[in-house]
Amino acid sequence: MTKQVHLAAHFPGVNNTTVWSDPAAGSHIEFGSFVRFAEAAERGKFDFLFLAEGLRLREQNGAIYDLDVVGRPDTFTVLAALAAVTEHLGLAGTINSTFNEPYEVARQFASLDHLSGGRAAWNVVTSWDAFTGENFRRGGFLAQDQRYERARTFLQTVTELLDSWRGDEVVADQQSGVFLADPDAGRFAHSDAHFDIAGRFDVPRSPQGRPVVFQAGDSEEGREFAASAADAIFSRHGTKEAGQAFYTDVKGRLEKYGRRREDLLILPAATFVIGDTDAEAAELAAEVRKQQVSGQTALRKLEEVWNRDLSGYDPDGPLPEVDPLVGEHTVAKGRASVRMNRDPLAVARDWREQAEAKGLSIRELMIEVSSRQNFIGSAATVAEQIDDLVQSDASDGFILVPHLTPGGLDPFVDAVVPLLQERGVYRTEYPGTTLRDNLGLPPLGAPA
Amino acid sequence: MSTHLHLAVALDGAGWHPAAWREPGARPTELLTPRYWVDLVQEAERGLLDLVTIEDGLSLQSTDRSGPDGRTDQVRGRLDAVQVAARVAPLTRSIGLVPTAVVTHTEPFHLSKAIATLDYVSTGRAGVRVKVSGSPAEAAHFGRRTLPELGSLDPADPQTQAALRELFDEAADWVEVLRRLWDSWEDDAEIRDVATGRFVDREKLHYIDFEGRSFSVKGPSITPRPPQGQPVVAALAHQAIPFELVGRSADLGFVTPADRADAGRVVGEVRAAQQAAGRAGETVHVWGDLVVFLDDDAATARARRERLDETAGAAYTSDALVFTGTPAELADLLTDWAAAGLTGYRLRPAALPHDLRQVTTGLVPELQRRGLFRTAYEADTLRGLLGLPRPANRYATV
Repeated sequence: MTKQVHLAAHFPGVNNTTVWSDPAAGSHIEFGSFVRFAEAAERGKFDFLFLAEGLRLREQNGAIYDLDVVGRPDTFTVLAALAAVTEHLGLAGTINSTFNEPYEVARQFASLDHLSGGRAAWNVVTSWDAFTGENFRRGGFLAQDQRYERARTFLQTVTELLDSWRGDEVVADQQSGVFLADPDAGRFAHSDAHFDIAGRFDVPRSPQGRPVVFQAGDSEEGREFAASAADAIFSRHGTKEAGQAFYTDVKGRLEKYGRRREDLLILPAATFVIGDTDAEAAELAAEVRKQQVSGQTALRKLEEVWNRDLSGYDPDGPLPEVDPLVGEHTVAKGRASVRMNRDPLAVARDWREQAEAKGLSIRELMIEVSSRQNFIGSAATVAEQIDDLVQSDASDGFILVPHLTPGGLDPFVDAVVPLLQERGVYRTEYPGTTLRDNLGLPPLGAPA
Repeated sequence: MSTHLHLAVALDGAGWHPAAWREPGARPTELLTPRYWVDLVQEAERGLLDLVTIEDGLSLQSTDRSGPDGRTDQVRGRLDAVQVAARVAPLTRSIGLVPTAVVTHTEPFHLSKAIATLDYVSTGRAGVRVKVSGSPAEAAHFGRRTLPELGSLDPADPQTQAALRELFDEAADWVEVLRRLWDSWEDDAEIRDVATGRFVDREKLHYIDFEGRSFSVKGPSITPRPPQGQPVVAALAHQAIPFELVGRSADLGFVTPADRADAGRVVGEVRAAQQAAGRAGETVHVWGDLVVFLDDDAATARARRERLDETAGAAYTSDALVFTGTPAELADLLTDWAAAGLTGYRLRPAALPHDLRQVTTGLVPELQRRGLFRTAYEADTLRGLLGLPRPANRYATV
């Protein structure tokens, strides 16, 4: 059978992908925006809607970053509310494993899974920096090299809590007066270097047993973590070849954990611009890129690599002649770490070469280098590209990130989805009732 | 000031009587389903009630304060109350939604954005009832600290008082952090100024720089100021230290007087605490909590209570007065106690949905006949329903 495409959507948020200056851009915070976005995703038979998380407002040069959309709502609260206005759509949220406790996160995901009839998913992320920690009781306590160790043990602990109920304990038999069949239901004890907890977990087993688990990030530890414990991995690779290499690498790691290749989905993030023709889409895309990267934004993005104040530079002029400051990153705070882990001198060297070869200004270069996996073209072209990437094992599908809130998904759903359906590579109805079912993941056995 | 009474119901499992789940109308297999909670809150909204509270805790329900009791004959297991409120919000229009949050083990930053978001998804109907946890068993679920096993709950015991003082001081800090975070964005911080490329005016975002004994929080919030500015903060209080929390931190206190004279004493204590906290000019509601067994005739209500007690194997007792009778008799009591200064009531239905329906279809029409209760929702935010103004932002300079 032809490989089926999986699609999901990321609600546009705090980054310069989101074009807030467009007249069609609506609220990024009012619930109506989330409802409209979720309804479009469900109309398009998407697997899930995905919300990112931020735990401190970003800063640059010691001031709150003000050029992008700033602020967002609480993940669990929005997802629980969206469960009321959707029926099939998976509800996925990034929840940090550093500034939360397993007992609380386990009961929140179990609750979301109950309240959505089995549609909860968790993107497990870690954080260690003292900057974010300043908003939390624990503060910035975690050494960077312990990030994945804590994430792994956090996920394991949450899984133990969720598995402390088998699923058959609540009988609620009014005649006999037995509510719980097992007086020990929910009993747990976990002790390791990070968590030493014991007692009774208080949410009975949810429809999926546990949320579907996602992992994002491209590091060696991240790939291994995903291969061992995740149901899907979010990646970000610009070319078919890079996507195939990543796909082969990560899927190849599954066997040693006793897992099959289809037990882990690889879902890169992707933006898109759809036009009536390829030419029109290209024109529109160039316009969007300019909206996404203003001169001010270009300088701020460059500062993230240069690690120094570049506000005196002309964004329409050449790259700074000075080299990036190497060492502790002090300019930009609160950004996702994946973007920080490159060697800044190497990046600068590479960018200078690109700029000189093509005669690009700072702004033009930043437009060029900050492009993600983009689908730009007519609906037919985009459907063709997506199908090709999935059939050639560059991915199992995509997490689409529109540049407009909340209507940005509509052109894709209305024009591209029907073409994928015509090709026979995309569902016309949801196959199951839970997110696990819809993702084609193997059912979880009941815990022993 | 309106002469109307305010009315809330406290939702918990199958109702507050431990045998309520065995009643013929109960839905004990549905307690973890969204439909159950939507039905209850929609019923409360049909009765034009001000708000519902949704009980919660960070441990399995137990008859034993110190830890799990191993019982299998009562409702055990529940869902996160904030999420239940959020799940219900889009399917209701006017009623206030007040989930319980345990302040002792949770992060105020997370709860601040969760309640702000509940305010967004309900378009201005959110509140939070703060609750402390002194249970060592609950602390062991987090493993961050140990709480002393309290020998007694006797208010005269100095060790108990010291432990309570610490928990409630932390709760006051926690509420202060929530309130500062809600104000950390001015209402007009989002400017979308295309000319300068700025989405927000960062001068209108504020670090809260809270430093307390058990935690510090920098801010600003990640979530913009919610529709009500400040969602409603509620607390249940039985004695002096909790009364102080209501006086210094809450918009709404639930209290448990035994009779009208006691209600007068309790209201006096809360007002004194409010004055001592420098909030004499602010509206702080004090509502009486009552467990209710309601039927069309008093004998039926008494018989039902006896039947439930017999099923449970023990007579039901509560921290609040247990009322058994008709909606008209309850209306008499509520009217009488209101003269002592209570501005409303939170009724705990002994059995759900039975006693909730008795409130919405019996008590409410009775109070309306007496001119003591609204006949339509007259405001579209919870603050509006409670007669609380939308507060100015403490950080705004203009």
